[in-house]
Amino acid sequence: MKFAVIVFPGSNCDIDMYHAIKDELGEEAEYVWHDEGDLSSYDGILLPGGFSYGDYLRSGSIARFSNVMKEVVKAAEEGKPVLGVCNGFQILLEAGLLPGAMLRNKELKFMCRTVGLRVENAKTMFTSDYEKDQVIQIPIAHGEGNYYCDDATFNELKENGQIAFTYEGTNPNGSLGDIAGITNAKGNVLGMMPHPERAVDSLLGSADGLKLFQSIVKHWRDSNVVTA
Amino acid sequence: MIKVKIHVTLRESVLDPQGTAVKSSLHALNYHEVQDVRIGKYLEVTLEPTDRPIDEVVKEMCERLLANTVIENYEYEVEEAVTK
Repeated sequence: MKFAVIVFPGSNCDIDMYHAIKDELGEEAEYVWHDEGDLSSYDGILLPGGFSYGDYLRSGSIARFSNVMKEVVKAAEEGKPVLGVCNGFQILLEAGLLPGAMLRNKELKFMCRTVGLRVENAKTMFTSDYEKDQVIQIPIAHGEGNYYCDDATFNELKENGQIAFTYEGTNPNGSLGDIAGITNAKGNVLGMMPHPERAVDSLLGSADGLKLFQSIVKHWRDSNVVTA
Repeated sequence: MIKVKIHVTLRESVLDPQGTAVKSSLHALNYHEVQDVRIGKYLEVTLEPTDRPIDEVVKEMCERLLANTVIENYEYEVEEAVTK
């Protein structure tokens, strides 16, 4: 399976993402610069964390109009897996690929530590290798992860099983319903504030993030590879 | 040239953690009459007149980029004929 790691000016988790795919997952990955106009040769799209365009105006608001984002929208419409982590999540929200918006963390602090995440929905293409209600350890590093949406949207998210992950124990940022990650209604776009790509090797603290990437590959194999 | 002054503020229904912190600080300075503080953004956009009505252009810019209407409201005023 071949992944595109989209690189915006100000992305800073692109190398971690590339390493996770290439060295830990053992799949193909390529960096794709933000002004590229074609993603048709990739099977999965990864939007890494960072501070694209210096977080000017609002996090993700400028990156969302990058050339490559038209292609990301197209890939999402085609049903390809699209994962946005941290700033990548913020970009997906600004682009309207996911509902809602991000606010400053409730305590106004940049939070950088490992948190417990509860797997709320283990039936998505991103979470099928986890058990429902399993608690995994994944690092967070953000100042604007306070997820917000209106009541109608929140109810829809709950009813459709679009809430993939919630914070277990203390909510680090004040997000609505302890939300840490959500999918679109179709289930092929996931945005999450925690960094699964930083939790792919137990030597470095946790390998709990690896199953997220393995779930994506498994889903892709099941639907694309015909065994002879 | 036309100058447009745009204010972007958080919607009333959205908690403003920065505003709350500033309110506490004002209270600490003994301004107990302060009831609420909301922090927003102020933008000045200078533009050339075009065939399109200025309101239409400014609203479109606000909706598409300058404000995120999920969490923010915007207001603007148009100042005509700014000489260079």
